[in-house]
Amino acid sequence: MSDDAGVSRAESCVIACADAWRGAGEIMASPFGNIPALGARLAKSTFAPDLVLTDGEAALMVGAPPLTARPEELIREAAMPYRSVFDVVWSGRRHIMMMASQIDRDGNQNISAIGDHAHPKVQLVGVRGAPGNSVNHPTSYWVPDHSVRSFVARVDVVSGVGYARAAAAGAGATRFHDVRRVVSNLGVFDFETPDHTMRLASRHPGVSVEDIVGATGFALTIPDDVAETRLPTPEELDLLRTVLDPTSRRDRDVKS
Amino acid sequence: MSDKRTTVDDIVGELRSGMTIGIGGWGSRRKPMAVVRALCRSDLTDLTVVAYGGPDIGLLCATGKVRKVVCGFVTLDSIALDPHWRAARQQGRVEVMEVDEGMFFQGLQAAAWRVPFLPTRAGLGSDVLTVNPDLRLVRSPYGADSPFLDDPSDAEVELVAMPALHLDAAIIHTNRADVAGNAQILGPDTFFDPLFLGAADRRFVTTERVVEQGSLTDEGPLNTVVIHRMMTDGVVESPGGAHFTANPPDYGRDEAFQKEYAASAGDAEAWRAFAQRYLHVTESEYQAHVKEPSAS
Repeated sequence: MSDDAGVSRAESCVIACADAWRGAGEIMASPFGNIPALGARLAKSTFAPDLVLTDGEAALMVGAPPLTARPEELIREAAMPYRSVFDVVWSGRRHIMMMASQIDRDGNQNISAIGDHAHPKVQLVGVRGAPGNSVNHPTSYWVPDHSVRSFVARVDVVSGVGYARAAAAGAGATRFHDVRRVVSNLGVFDFETPDHTMRLASRHPGVSVEDIVGATGFALTIPDDVAETRLPTPEELDLLRTVLDPTSRRDRDVKS
Repeated sequence: MSDKRTTVDDIVGELRSGMTIGIGGWGSRRKPMAVVRALCRSDLTDLTVVAYGGPDIGLLCATGKVRKVVCGFVTLDSIALDPHWRAARQQGRVEVMEVDEGMFFQGLQAAAWRVPFLPTRAGLGSDVLTVNPDLRLVRSPYGADSPFLDDPSDAEVELVAMPALHLDAAIIHTNRADVAGNAQILGPDTFFDPLFLGAADRRFVTTERVVEQGSLTDEGPLNTVVIHRMMTDGVVESPGGAHFTANPPDYGRDEAFQKEYAASAGDAEAWRAFAQRYLHVTESEYQAHVKEPSAS
């Protein structure tokens, strides 16, 4: 199913992710998942040319190659082993888009465990770098399966730190804390409210506000006029379809 | 010059139940798997394992060697979650000290620098501090009147005091080493292997090939020799010793084998068959088995 312009849901998600890096300048974009990876590459190819992308291993790569590019096809410009990644994280020159198994109204994210941490019902990957990322540099999240199970009243294990928790932790946590946006398969969300709780920023084409409210396990702030996530330009759409993702990996992560 | 060549069995022979063991590598990359396999075969129990977790953690948990894991994650990279680790956690068979992966780095660094902790913002506001109630905060002694204060928001700021992660022993795997205990990493990332050695009392390197002292520069540029002999106590030539994890440029990850490993968590019979074929055997039998077509 597509909207009238023939833009698929996955393509709207890519655009929403790309726009997270608009105006970012010369910083490292660290996308997790195919849709954010395409968003970062689209942004670098068009309106954010100074973005720095890694090859997924231990180097920075020139340009914005297709997702299908093989390692031997990549052109590398500098080394970026994990030891150096932490220097970048703690310098703040990074905007990451992590995934979230659970996210809540305050912008807390969970990738550690479902249930009680001491006796998890479901063990996830672990907090990884989420605690440090979220208090050191801009952090956004990608949730490919927006539902009351992923958008929850309270996450089970706070991995990435949201606004209220950062405020309670004091200046050490708030100085560089900046949870920017959440992109889901249904819409885009930010924290531009007086108490920094989650707000619906835009709904993707073909999605209603009711769809979003029904799939969200807490009270969202809904503006009077809800914008629609912008459509890609013809150039962006062509770049995405023919250069960056010719095999449509985007459609595996988000069904139309 | 002392010759530091030893054997995997002698390394395991030095370890005791209850010890804290650091394992180098990252996820399913350049893990000292020959030693992990030997640990699985050993009588050791109640280990605390400190690692950027991969199949080392899954295997040691599946064989009942582990009391506690210190980590920021456990992943097989191409398979996001290690089912053996998930089973151990979900069945309550193992404790975990779960920290941010940058905090983990600082814990190793603190141990290597012989200070009790290092301060960091990482962890503030997160449940890392609630699930690890022994972690403490530290207040900066630099206030508004200090000539060293860079930003007013940092005046007497509270940060996490990441404690030193002291290790009884550390084991890493490298591409090359020499008989004197210098070691070389030819792949793109040294990960935190030098810090694991720095944090440990007893320090062991397994490697694809051992060469004469002074010959590592024939294998690659001098700046790939990131481990010097003051950092090591024993060296073992263990070709394929990182299998099935990635060890470029010598070999990539054995994805088919990794799938077999992950699938073996599915049921008791699958695990018995996997253990019989790959764990209850010598390292040379293991290396022969993994070159044969899979039985399954």
